[in-house]
Amino acid sequence: MFLRSPTPALPPAIWLFLLFLFVVAAFFFALISGSVELGWEGLFRVLAGEGTVLERQLITELRLPRALSAFAAGGLLALSGALLQVLLRNPLADPYILGVSGGAGVAALLAMLAGFSGWWFSASAFVGALVTVALVFILARGQGGWNSTRLLLVGVVMATGWGAVITFVLALAPDRALRGMLFWLMGDLSGTRDPRLALLMLAGGVLVLQPLARGLNILMRGELQAAALGVEVERIRLVIYLAASLFTAVAVTLAGGIGFIGLLVPHLLRLILGSDHRLLLPAAALFGGGMLVITDTLARTVVAPQQLPVGVFTAMLGVPFFLYLLRRG
Amino acid sequence: MVPLLHARRLVVSVPGRVLCQKLSFEVFPGQCWGILGPNGAGKSSLLYVLAGLAIPESGEVLLDGRSMDKFPRSRIAQRVGVLFQEQSDPFPATVLETALIGRHPHLKRWQWESERDIQLVRDGLARVGLASLETRQVATLSGGERQRLAIAALLAQEPCLALLDEPVSHLDIGYQIEMLDLVTAQLCNEDAAVVMVLHDINLAVRYCDHLLLLFPGGEVLCGALEEVLDLDRLKRLYGHPMMSLDGPYGPVFLPA
Repeated sequence: MFLRSPTPALPPAIWLFLLFLFVVAAFFFALISGSVELGWEGLFRVLAGEGTVLERQLITELRLPRALSAFAAGGLLALSGALLQVLLRNPLADPYILGVSGGAGVAALLAMLAGFSGWWFSASAFVGALVTVALVFILARGQGGWNSTRLLLVGVVMATGWGAVITFVLALAPDRALRGMLFWLMGDLSGTRDPRLALLMLAGGVLVLQPLARGLNILMRGELQAAALGVEVERIRLVIYLAASLFTAVAVTLAGGIGFIGLLVPHLLRLILGSDHRLLLPAAALFGGGMLVITDTLARTVVAPQQLPVGVFTAMLGVPFFLYLLRRG
Repeated sequence: MVPLLHARRLVVSVPGRVLCQKLSFEVFPGQCWGILGPNGAGKSSLLYVLAGLAIPESGEVLLDGRSMDKFPRSRIAQRVGVLFQEQSDPFPATVLETALIGRHPHLKRWQWESERDIQLVRDGLARVGLASLETRQVATLSGGERQRLAIAALLAQEPCLALLDEPVSHLDIGYQIEMLDLVTAQLCNEDAAVVMVLHDINLAVRYCDHLLLLFPGGEVLCGALEEVLDLDRLKRLYGHPMMSLDGPYGPVFLPA
């Protein structure tokens, strides 16, 4: 299969349009599914401004914010994964590889123990993520400047360290707090928070990164090669490190440690679309977002009324799919 | 006339070792320079300094008569093209996409490659014999094909100064000649010059008009080819006695 490029050469605009349709379909699926089956008619009634109060509340106060949160988190994770893969020049890098989610996790669990909720809880997780970003950045910047291997090592060690702290906190936590903690760690969208900031970050991120995307195409082929072709390597590396970390921090704060989206989505898109980041980055945002909307809908409906953490679903769907891809490739 | 490239009292070193001591030379359009030296003498390091990719210990490199560090990277890339010894492709990409990176220095931030850019890249691919492999994944190319693809990307960059690090590595004899014919024909003219690191003295004799010998220990000798080439020097350069025969393009050198 690798002899020929797997893509029939469709123009980027067409790909993005197809992905946009996918996102729209994902949202319809999310809005009509659930314990109260609305069906198409119900959804259109609400969209037309009619429908019962219950129907309207269900859509606008429960399902839509949750779907928007899922879209934002999925898009940010996929975008972050695509960026980190270039930064570390490793197709298997994912948003959590540098320990950002671990830092957020430790802070989030401590916040839960302290009884924080709502805004304070989000702020704690976010600060935990940012502290990790700063630590990894400072520690990886040795005397010889930055290099991918050093960054990867520092990040992985940091992630492992946070993992140990998380286990420690879980071991000491009272039983009644454990369930919430586990759900959060696995990634969970049931406590819908305000998705607006994350959506803004996603849209802004895609726009801001677009003019840098051609530079990424060259950076992924090596730092010297990139410098020789006129890319300001140090600057662009710093930008993508900070952008990827920030996206991950926002996504984790919003939805906990959802796995696999940030690894699988960019990887899959690279196989299908190639590695032109001018197309790949917006495509990852759309596809990652749409995928998480669908998996989150499945997570809350498959064993309804019981809700599963969406991270379980992304992994359960992602692992076999990934293995299949690897066998094919 | 302002030289394209001017090295002034250049000292290049790696921690604990001086690779090249007080090197001064000028490269003018139309010239083809060969850099010869044993393994580990610092040929690649010198090339990186000439490309502005590494900072010399002291001395300076002038491009078009202006110090290299006065130029932004993007401006240097419009003038200077570098062919590296090895290419790395950790992500899936087609041959055409990979060659298109050569156009990067000439495009603005928001600009996409125009029809003309793509045509230029296709011409380059045709010249190196890869036209039929345009849609192939880079990962499936052989070492020689990958090297020719890198040359196509360099041609698409249209540099005025081409710095080539072992341009014929991985190439069979037929392609060695074909690629060096191509590179010198395309990149060595009234506006452009070539500087290349070579391991084969006879290819240097055939294609270069100037030589730079990099001895272990940092001593450098450079100048017109016929003034620089000499059996004793080559023996000292490679640490092995050499002999020469008369050939159609000048002397042919062999290890004795």
